[in-house]
Amino acid sequence: MLRHSGGDMRATAVKLEARRVAIHYRRQRSGLNLIAVDGVDLRVDEGEFLSIVGPSGCGKTTFLNAVDGLIPIASGSLLLDGNEISSPGPDRAMVFQQPSLLPWRTVTRNVVYGLEMQHRAGRESRETAARLIDLVGLQGFADAWPSELSGGMQQRVNLARALATDPEVLLLDEPFAALDAQTRETMQQELLRIWGATRKTAIFITHDITEAVYLADRVIVFTARPGRIKLDVKIELPRPRDLRLKRDARFIDYERMIWETIREEVIRSESRGQAIA
Amino acid sequence: MATQGPFDTVAQPAESEWLVQPPPESRTRERRGLSESTVIGFAAVVIFFILWQGVGFVRTTWPDGVSLGPITFIAPSQLFLPAPLDVFKAFQAYVQDGRIWKDMAVSGQELMTGYLAAVVLGIVLGLLVGWYKRLRYALDPFITFLYATPRIVLLPLFIIWFGIGVESKIAVVFLGAIFAILINTAAGVRNLDANLIKVARSFGASDLQLFRTIALPGSVPFILTGLRLGIGHALTGVIVGELVAAQFGVGQMMAVAGATFQSAKVFAGLFIIAGTGMLMTFTLQKLEQRFEAWRPRPN
Repeated sequence: MLRHSGGDMRATAVKLEARRVAIHYRRQRSGLNLIAVDGVDLRVDEGEFLSIVGPSGCGKTTFLNAVDGLIPIASGSLLLDGNEISSPGPDRAMVFQQPSLLPWRTVTRNVVYGLEMQHRAGRESRETAARLIDLVGLQGFADAWPSELSGGMQQRVNLARALATDPEVLLLDEPFAALDAQTRETMQQELLRIWGATRKTAIFITHDITEAVYLADRVIVFTARPGRIKLDVKIELPRPRDLRLKRDARFIDYERMIWETIREEVIRSESRGQAIA
Repeated sequence: MATQGPFDTVAQPAESEWLVQPPPESRTRERRGLSESTVIGFAAVVIFFILWQGVGFVRTTWPDGVSLGPITFIAPSQLFLPAPLDVFKAFQAYVQDGRIWKDMAVSGQELMTGYLAAVVLGIVLGLLVGWYKRLRYALDPFITFLYATPRIVLLPLFIIWFGIGVESKIAVVFLGAIFAILINTAAGVRNLDANLIKVARSFGASDLQLFRTIALPGSVPFILTGLRLGIGHALTGVIVGELVAAQFGVGQMMAVAGATFQSAKVFAGLFIIAGTGMLMTFTLQKLEQRFEAWRPRPN
């Protein structure tokens, strides 16, 4: 009994914990201090796929940047495995909204870029790159230049680059937002396949509700700025998932619930905006 | 284990196909365009020299001029416009009396020493000025002042400071070339893609790593532009410097030849300088192609 609960504890170990996190954002032009995120409490379990959705400008990307360690938090605490996050580290890797590949490096050399920066590039990193290029479905493009790839293919390299450092937490900042609808669905399917193969803790930012529900174990809705958690819902849909799931009644129920919440939030922030003006 | 989506089989081959086989007609058109431009350019140069030589032919055949009805065409004297063959003869004489080697060695030394110093310092300072904004604020007034001034006007001072030997010319060449290189390099660093910097930071890159992997390669196109502009400034510095005061050098030879009305010899000097400039630009173009293999080819 005791041993059983201990095993249970490990299975649902908290990977990331946010306690009353506030993030301030300094506007470059006006010099005004904006509160981007305020009082976020959140726990993400190890191996969990979490999606964060919210109206645009709600601070979800800002929150993700703070988890990556790119920007500091103003108050509260942000813990990864119980340790305060203060800077980027090899235990996290970000997949950016823009592919942001180094145009003067081939696909392979882009994939190993993170390893190089972390002084972990060695003889075996070429093999790591080859394996990941295969995993993201870019066989035969190891020596191609980024300019020779389509947007979807570039985003695959972006993903492979993040996976190459073998992070414990994968941070994805609207990685498919700039892709056309068909490529986007392909990439969602691919991401699920890759995530299934690696089972890393993942935090996925998106403004696409369908995408959020389709990918995640749990979806969080942020309020309009300052961002807080408005809704936290477990997506109890079976895995592995395929695109037919998007037509399932339960799936549509989740979508509608999240959509209602966001709509409420948008209306609230708009009326508040008018009141101020 | 891999769940293949319905679009996988459609999207992937469609994406890769165009890459494996570039449209065949674009390549042939490019090749034909290249040879066409070479042929026309070469023909134009040949025709130009034939016409120029024709002036010399008219001069020797009809020294009193040719009458075509009411119009009489008198070819300009050799003093005024020597023919290409006269220039070639002057060049031959210049080679035979051995002065050319001394002159070219001196001019070459001035040009190369000044230019290479400008390249090294220009790139290093440019990277630093582009990267550290406080350094930029500090150096900006000086850079603006010197860049706005034709550096040639500093020559009288340099002659006082360094004498009429190679040193004053090296100084003019250096100052002439460095600003184009420095300003372009700094612009390159300032125009870096902020997304790439974020990527590097996210992977925990140190300042030095960021510099080496993002800032330096990212500003290469700008640096090369600066190097190309610098060549022109450097050549001007050598020749004008030697025209003003020197003991040896191609420019000094031209100054003497000009003062003694040896126009053919002046032309010979001009071709040496033009040839040097073209050679340097050509070398730089080769370098550019090597550095920019990753750039998408324009159609």
